[in-house]
Amino acid sequence: MKTLARHSEAVGADTLLPSATPLQLIDADGHPGDNPGSLRLPGPDVLVELHRRMVLGRRFDSQSTALAKQGRLAVYPSSRGQDACQVGAAVALRRQDWLFPTYRDSMAVLTRGVPAEETLTLLRGDWHCGYDPYQYRVAPQCTPLATNTLHAVGLAYAARLKNEDQVALALLGDGATSEGDTHEALNFAGVWKAPVVFLVQNNGYAISVPLAKQTAAPTLAAKGIGYGIPSLLIDGNDAAAVYAAVRAGVARAAAGDGPTLIEALTYRVEAHTNADDATRYRDSAEVSGWLSRDPIARLEAYLRGAGLLSDAAAAELAADAERLAENVRERMNAEVSVDPAELFEHVYAKPTAALERQRAELLSELSDLAELEEPAP
Amino acid sequence: MSRVLSSAAEGDVSASASPSEPAAAPVTMAGALNQALADSLAADERVVVFGEDVGTLGGVFRVTDGLAARFGERRVFDSPLAEAGIVGTAIGMAMNGLVPVVEMQFDAFAYPAFEQVTSHLAKLHNRTRGRLALPVVIRVPFGGGIGGVEHHSDSSEAYYTHTPGLRVVTPGTPADAYRLLRQAIACPDPVVFLEPKRRYWSRETVALSVDGPSIDQAVVRRPGRDVTLIVYGGMVATALEAAAAAADEGWDVEVIDLRTLSPFDESTAAASVRRTGRAVIVHEAAGFGGYGAEVAARLTERCFHYLEAPILRVTGFDIPYPPPHLERFHLPSADRILDAIARLQWEDHDRG
Repeated sequence: MKTLARHSEAVGADTLLPSATPLQLIDADGHPGDNPGSLRLPGPDVLVELHRRMVLGRRFDSQSTALAKQGRLAVYPSSRGQDACQVGAAVALRRQDWLFPTYRDSMAVLTRGVPAEETLTLLRGDWHCGYDPYQYRVAPQCTPLATNTLHAVGLAYAARLKNEDQVALALLGDGATSEGDTHEALNFAGVWKAPVVFLVQNNGYAISVPLAKQTAAPTLAAKGIGYGIPSLLIDGNDAAAVYAAVRAGVARAAAGDGPTLIEALTYRVEAHTNADDATRYRDSAEVSGWLSRDPIARLEAYLRGAGLLSDAAAAELAADAERLAENVRERMNAEVSVDPAELFEHVYAKPTAALERQRAELLSELSDLAELEEPAP
Repeated sequence: MSRVLSSAAEGDVSASASPSEPAAAPVTMAGALNQALADSLAADERVVVFGEDVGTLGGVFRVTDGLAARFGERRVFDSPLAEAGIVGTAIGMAMNGLVPVVEMQFDAFAYPAFEQVTSHLAKLHNRTRGRLALPVVIRVPFGGGIGGVEHHSDSSEAYYTHTPGLRVVTPGTPADAYRLLRQAIACPDPVVFLEPKRRYWSRETVALSVDGPSIDQAVVRRPGRDVTLIVYGGMVATALEAAAAAADEGWDVEVIDLRTLSPFDESTAAASVRRTGRAVIVHEAAGFGGYGAEVAARLTERCFHYLEAPILRVTGFDIPYPPPHLERFHLPSADRILDAIARLQWEDHDRG
C-alpha cells in the first residue's frame, strides 16, 4: 500500500511537546525543585535581582489596587500572585528586545524600566498610554485579548527581515489562548520562524471562567505542537524558572531557531479588577492554597538559605518599596491635568480640516463655559 | 531614503529606482497598480508586500504579478491564510520600521481583520500621542459587477470611513490608481485602499505619474453647470457614462470623483454644489447608513441656501449583495442616475 504524500517536511513531534509536569527550579518551600528539566538555575546576581524586582513590583501593585479603590485610578487589574511571571519575563529580556504586555502586566512594564507614573497613565485614565514605546521597547498595554500576539510576531519578523538581533516577548493569559488571534500568531510565528516568545500566564481564570471551560487540551503548552513550536510547561510562581525559560526562548529565537511557547502555571490572587467580586466564582480555600505557594516567599527562603539575603538587605529593600509606594501615591493623588485640544492632535499625522474645526468648536464651547462661571466683577 | 532591507533585496531594483519620464501607453487599472507597487518597492527599501497568493501566483487579480520574482521573497511574500494575522503582523512590522502593503483577497474576506484594523491600526498613533506611526496600506478589491458569488462583491467602505484614524481612498481610473497607491504608500497614516475590481481591466492611454492631485483631494472629472454627480471607485465610469447621456437631454453634468472618502474633501464637493445647486451621490453600497448619507448631510449643512432640490442618492438596495444573475438589478446604472437627475425639481429655465 502506498503512503500518502506529505505536503510538508516531517518534524520530530516528540521534541516539541512540553513535560508532563511543570518544570521548577525552586520549590514552594525555597528548596531546589526536583523537576528542572532543561532549565538551569540563574546565577546569584540574577536571583537577587528577581527578588528585589518582585518586592518592588508587589508594593507597586498593592498601592495601585488601593488607589483604584480610592477612585484615584479608573481601574486596576492586579497581577499580585503572578509576580514571578511579571518580573521573571521582564528581567530575562535583553535591552534590544521588545515586550508586548496586556492590561494585567503593569508590573512587567514597571520592571522593564517604565516609570510608575507613565505605567499608570492608562489606568488612571488621562491618556491611553503614558510612555514612549520606543524608549523602553515596550508596546502599549493591550486591552483587546490576544491581539498583541500578532503585533509581537510582526515586529519580530521585521527584525529578521532586517537581519537585526531582536526578540519579541508576547504576554497573554489562559483566556486569550481561546482567541483566534492567538492561533494566528502561533501559526504565523511557526511558519515564518519569527524570533518571538509567547508566555501564557495561566492563572486559572478568565475573569470568572475557569480553564476547564476554556479548553479541552491537556495543557496550554501542548498546543505548541500544532504549530511546530517547541513548548515548555513551567511553575509560574518560580521566578527562577520563568527567567530561565524566557531566557532560553530568547536565546533560541536570537539563534534563528524560531518561536517558543511557554505556559506558566500561576494564580491571580486579587479579583479580576477592583470592580470584580471573585467570591462569586472561587472559594477562599483555593486562594489560601495558592498563597502558600507565594513567589516572593519561596525565593526569599532560597536566598536566605543560600546566604544571599541578609536581614539588613531585606529591611533596606522594604524601605525602597515603601518609597516607591509613597512616590506612586504622591503622583496619583496630584490633580490630573488634561488638555482637551489634544483629543484632536494625534488622530492622524496631521489633523484634518474637519478635526481642526471640531477642536475650535470644543475650545470655544469651553471658553463660553468659563466666561459663564466667572464671577461678575 | 531608508536602506533597511538593502541586504535582503534579491532582485535587481536599481534598473527602475528612478523611472525616467514615461511615455503615454495603454494600461489597465490592474497594470497601473502593479506598476505603483513595483515603483514603491524600488524607491523605498522599507516597503514589503505580503498577503494570500501575492507571491508566486501574483494575486488572484494579478496585481502583484512578477513582484516576488523581481524583488525577492524578503520583500514580496505569501502569508498564511488569515486576515487578522496579516493586518496584525503588518502592525508589528510597521512598529519596527517597515512599510507593509498587504492585500485582503476580497472585500468580505477582510472582515476577520476588522478588530486589528479598527482597534489597533487606526488607534495606535493616537494611543501613543503620535510616538508610534503605522504607515500600513491595506489593499482591498471591493464592490461588485464581476459576477462573483456570495462574499466576493461587498462594498465595505462605510465600515472603514466610520473609524477615525484611518484614511480610506479609492481610485476611479488607471492613472489615478497608480498615483493614489504611490501616495498611500508614502503616507504616514494607515490607509485602506479600495480597488474597484470591476474596473481592474479598464484601460487608459496615459503616462503614469505620482504628480497631480494629492491624497487629500477630490477632483472634477468632468465640468458641468447644472448638476453635480458625486461618485468614487467603480461608479466614476458609470457617472461619466450617465453625464454623456444627460448632455443629450440638455443637462450639463459635473462629475466629482471623491478619491478620498476619509478624510472627505468637503470643499471641492461643496464648491461644485454651490455652483450647480443640485447634487446626486452614487454608490454601490446599500443606501441606509451608507457613505452617501454622510456626504448628503454635510453638503446640506454647508450648501443649504444654494440648493434647488434635495440632494438625492442612487445606491444599491438595502439587501445583502445579490447572486451573479441578479446583481444587474442591484447595481446603480447610468439609467438610474439619469432618472435621479430628472427628479431634481427642474424648471424650464434651469437647464444650461
